[in-house]
Amino acid sequence: MASLVPCPHCGPRPKEEFTIKGAALPRPAPTADPAEWFDYVYLRDNPRGSYAEYWHHTAGCRRWLVVSRDTITHQVAACRDAAAQGHAA
Amino acid sequence: MKHARSLLLKDQRPLSRKATAMRYSALSLLWNGLRGNRDWRPAWRQPQPKPHYDVIIVGGGGHGLAAAYYLAKEFGIANVAVLEKSYIGSGNVGRNTTIIRSNYLLPGNNPFYELSMKLWEGLERDFNFNAMISQRGVLNLYHSDAQRDAYMRRGNAMRLHGVDAELLDRDDVRRMVPFLDFDNARFPIKGGLLQRRGGTVRHDAVAWGYARGADRHGVDIIQGCEVTGIRRENGRVAGVETSRGFIGCGKLALAAAGNSSEVARMADLKLPLESHVLQAFVSEGLKPFIDGVVTFGAGHFYVSQSDKGGLVFGGDIDGYNSYAQRGNLATVEHVAEAGKAMIPALSRVRVLRAWGGIMDMSMDGSPIIDRTPIDNLYLNAGWCYGGFKATPASGFCFAHLLARGVPHETAAAFRLDRFRRGHLIDEKGQGAQPNLH
Repeated sequence: MASLVPCPHCGPRPKEEFTIKGAALPRPAPTADPAEWFDYVYLRDNPRGSYAEYWHHTAGCRRWLVVSRDTITHQVAACRDAAAQGHAA
Repeated sequence: MKHARSLLLKDQRPLSRKATAMRYSALSLLWNGLRGNRDWRPAWRQPQPKPHYDVIIVGGGGHGLAAAYYLAKEFGIANVAVLEKSYIGSGNVGRNTTIIRSNYLLPGNNPFYELSMKLWEGLERDFNFNAMISQRGVLNLYHSDAQRDAYMRRGNAMRLHGVDAELLDRDDVRRMVPFLDFDNARFPIKGGLLQRRGGTVRHDAVAWGYARGADRHGVDIIQGCEVTGIRRENGRVAGVETSRGFIGCGKLALAAAGNSSEVARMADLKLPLESHVLQAFVSEGLKPFIDGVVTFGAGHFYVSQSDKGGLVFGGDIDGYNSYAQRGNLATVEHVAEAGKAMIPALSRVRVLRAWGGIMDMSMDGSPIIDRTPIDNLYLNAGWCYGGFKATPASGFCFAHLLARGVPHETAAAFRLDRFRRGHLIDEKGQGAQPNLH
């Protein structure tokens, strides 16, 4: 894992300041089919390679972020504000 | 072993036995010692893949090798191949911290892990290999009244299942491990839950013992053979594409641990798993100091001392998806801090080695041993960071499922569809959040 994460609000910050939630998946509509909800809650692509996750900058700006990184090299490719992406964290 | 025998099946034996490795005994040791140790033969063959097997097991780790061993030895299915992309013992079976225990709370878990413990207790005799199984005790510390209540509940659940458990108070713990920081300002030690039958095993020997045992019963262990595709015909698995060509099979069994999601994807299956990195550490050799396994109930640290004198310790997973087999320094620092909070004397111990393994973290923290929606494809996955202690029972129950088509009674709760049905086995009560299990 990269030791520094480029927070869009705070700049490069140490990884220890963040809390990791997990896969950044689009949340289904409340009225969506139970199968879709099951998929969202329990199933994961879990790829070797590029992956997007929700990270919370707990000890910084306290914003929810979407961190894109590689699960083999741990390199962080991008870090965006979750709201800016249109996801509800 | 007396307990385990009744659980094993004695009626089905393979008819032929390819005796490629000699049996080990005190006499063979003496004989070969006198002759300059020139006549030892390799413990297993290096066979070329055959065009077709009754069962192919993907993954030559502890669970895959154990499944092959029990399939051949207990269930009479010896036309089996174990495909390992690297070499035997290169994955999690050689990367864990060697602890065995059966101190589980929930009914779906407890009988399974106790079966595993009973199999451990008879394993060396069963596969004729010294795995240095040492029931030196596993002690979980508690630091508050609430935690004591939780451990009392767990201990009672264990005893109701016929598993040994003792609740210790502060003085009992002090007599066992006097060097702990009992008066830590934040996490004072109030007592502990002890399972005396828990302990440690030499993990490499488990891989070697099962590999040798499976090979003796006719199983082909094919190393350096990576599965690159799963060929399906008419909705069934026909075989696997590998780095050494196509190999056909009657049944395909996945035991790929941290790579389970990647292998299952080859059959268009999406699993309730995330792969996370867990680190482990070994210190320089010290004089005998810690007799058993001790875990810090405040979290994130556990330790035992190997027979060579090194402290073997670890903490929690790093918390992010990873296939890298190496972890982050922030976790190293955290584990070291927790260790020092529990045992102040550790502050000047030097760490020799640290490494990471990839855990197949499931969505409820419990494993899966089940069929899949594809008729002849079987799955063994989701072991989180508790796979090593489960090795014998996992192999046995997976072999049972492959041979009989129905789950073994102790593994009946480990179904793949339990997430859809809402029958989760959530030992920690964390919900579908794999990095917290």
